[in-house]
Amino acid sequence: MSSSEPVAAEAEDLSLPRRKKRGVPEGLWIRCPDCSSAVFRKEAEKRMNVCPECGYHFYLSARQRIEQMLDEGTFEEWDKDLRPSDPLTFKDKKAYADRLVAEQKRTGLVDAAITGKGRVRARPVAVGITDSAFIMGSMGSVVGEKLARLVERATEQDLPLIIISGSGGGARMHEGILSLMQMAKVSAALARYDQAGGLFISVLTNPTMGGVAASFASLGDVVFAEPKALIGFAGPRTIKATIRIELPEGFQTSEFLLEHGYIDRIVPRDRLQTEIARTIDYCGK
Amino acid sequence: MDTLAFEQPIEELEAKIQQLVDQKADDPDAREEVRQLRKELNELIRNTYSNLTSWETVQVSRHKDRPHTIDYLSLVFDDFVELHGDKHFGDDRAMRCGFAKLGDQKVLVVGHQKGRTYQERSKCFFGCAHPEGYRKAMAKMRLAAKYKLPVICLIDTPGAYPGIGAEERGQAQVIAENMFEMSRLETPIICVVIGEGGSGGALGIGVGDRVAMLEFSYYSVISPEGCAGILWKSAEHASKAAEALKFTSKYLRKFGVIDAVIEEPLGGAHRDHHQMASRLKMYLSKTLRELQDSPLTELVEKRYEKFRAMGVYLEDTAV
Repeated sequence: MSSSEPVAAEAEDLSLPRRKKRGVPEGLWIRCPDCSSAVFRKEAEKRMNVCPECGYHFYLSARQRIEQMLDEGTFEEWDKDLRPSDPLTFKDKKAYADRLVAEQKRTGLVDAAITGKGRVRARPVAVGITDSAFIMGSMGSVVGEKLARLVERATEQDLPLIIISGSGGGARMHEGILSLMQMAKVSAALARYDQAGGLFISVLTNPTMGGVAASFASLGDVVFAEPKALIGFAGPRTIKATIRIELPEGFQTSEFLLEHGYIDRIVPRDRLQTEIARTIDYCGK
Repeated sequence: MDTLAFEQPIEELEAKIQQLVDQKADDPDAREEVRQLRKELNELIRNTYSNLTSWETVQVSRHKDRPHTIDYLSLVFDDFVELHGDKHFGDDRAMRCGFAKLGDQKVLVVGHQKGRTYQERSKCFFGCAHPEGYRKAMAKMRLAAKYKLPVICLIDTPGAYPGIGAEERGQAQVIAENMFEMSRLETPIICVVIGEGGSGGALGIGVGDRVAMLEFSYYSVISPEGCAGILWKSAEHASKAAEALKFTSKYLRKFGVIDAVIEEPLGGAHRDHHQMASRLKMYLSKTLRELQDSPLTELVEKRYEKFRAMGVYLEDTAV
């Protein structure tokens, strides 16, 4: 098969050329990947990790997102004990089992998702977040199981559901077909939640690609996206390798999705609480 | 890819037999030799095909003569009535849908189509469906459920099409919606991977009460080339990725992801379309009868539980 033939892109790892964009690096000054301004780090942090010059949204960890979005002290974490295993005994240049340990050590996370319940401006919500720092936020069995349980509990407890996606890796290759099946599992749970009349707000952040974009992230009753996030199905490199033409400016950004009708609103970070609270007031039970 | 590398000895032996038959058809000694060689040939095919590597399985699943959806439409079903168009954008030729009869049973068939000639293949984008294909499939499945027609999905795609138009028209959105809707569709659904089960593109028509695979098909989170490109930094390592991904029917059965493996004729489906079709037909008829014994609400409940149970993780109950 030549490189011109399409390849399935769910698990494309976008981390390599973009690694420098991730997070606000250590050091007093940082360079914004969007406008190239030198930004005083403390200044960006004060603005929820947003570039003061151009409004570019830097990486935020799942823990930071919880702090920013939920009322202080209201978060109660669910299913903390779920841990990844290595069902395929997968090995590329590195064994998946070793990769997991390294990622856990580096990020302080057990896997790529944190779930639980809390309050947004006093409104109780069930909330799930995927963190792009952990194997590109990719979905394997643990992410899938945590999200499925989250959705089921939101259904039982009649809670509005918020899932913030930061998953450039889509479905996690290292757990093979089991990762792919998580897409169906979480989508099926959402279908039941929908049937029960629940409100699901999906918030897309940079990056949301592949199997995550092609499952729960796209199934919100209301879909928000942070500005200038990379969102899409196939990775840009896969598309370029398939069609062999330059991709248009702004392709697969939040703004591109808004223009093509796939998201409801672009919501800057400092507006997220307000927008979620308002949507719950219109649609919540 | 006319001859697969591992099939070379098989083809050579076949050629030798043919030569003998052509040249010495009347010679009794030669007839005996042919008989002996045919026996050897069968043995050779059997040995080769019972020891295929994952990468060789991928090659068989992509074999140019492997039966495609339209072949099964004529060999397994009767009276196929194609239903075109998604009523939004177009009629994706990589996805075929329509009414058909499976024996006496009326069903709706949905399937990826790859095409055989170059013209067909380029019209079908080599079996890579666009959003309009998935939308069309879902619309027809909804129609089937409305009139209680069982749905049969034949999966055979390298993956959903990666392109500018596909992204503009919501490739991620339609695949997500299809899984969402199929998980609760009130009619029996049987899915069979007949060749390539390429990730989201496969799963977009892959949520059913029963999921089966033909013996030499594969079903994967990512193509071996894509995986090799990312993790080994070069598509040339596709055979290593194929082994690592454990995506052949034998493994998927073990992982509890599929319900059945449909055995292929000696030497693969491409050697005997009719026999393959009759085995597929037998599986579909038998499975459909089983599913039709359950009330629809129970069926949908069980379908949920089936996918809900998938995944492998650790959980500390007492710390």
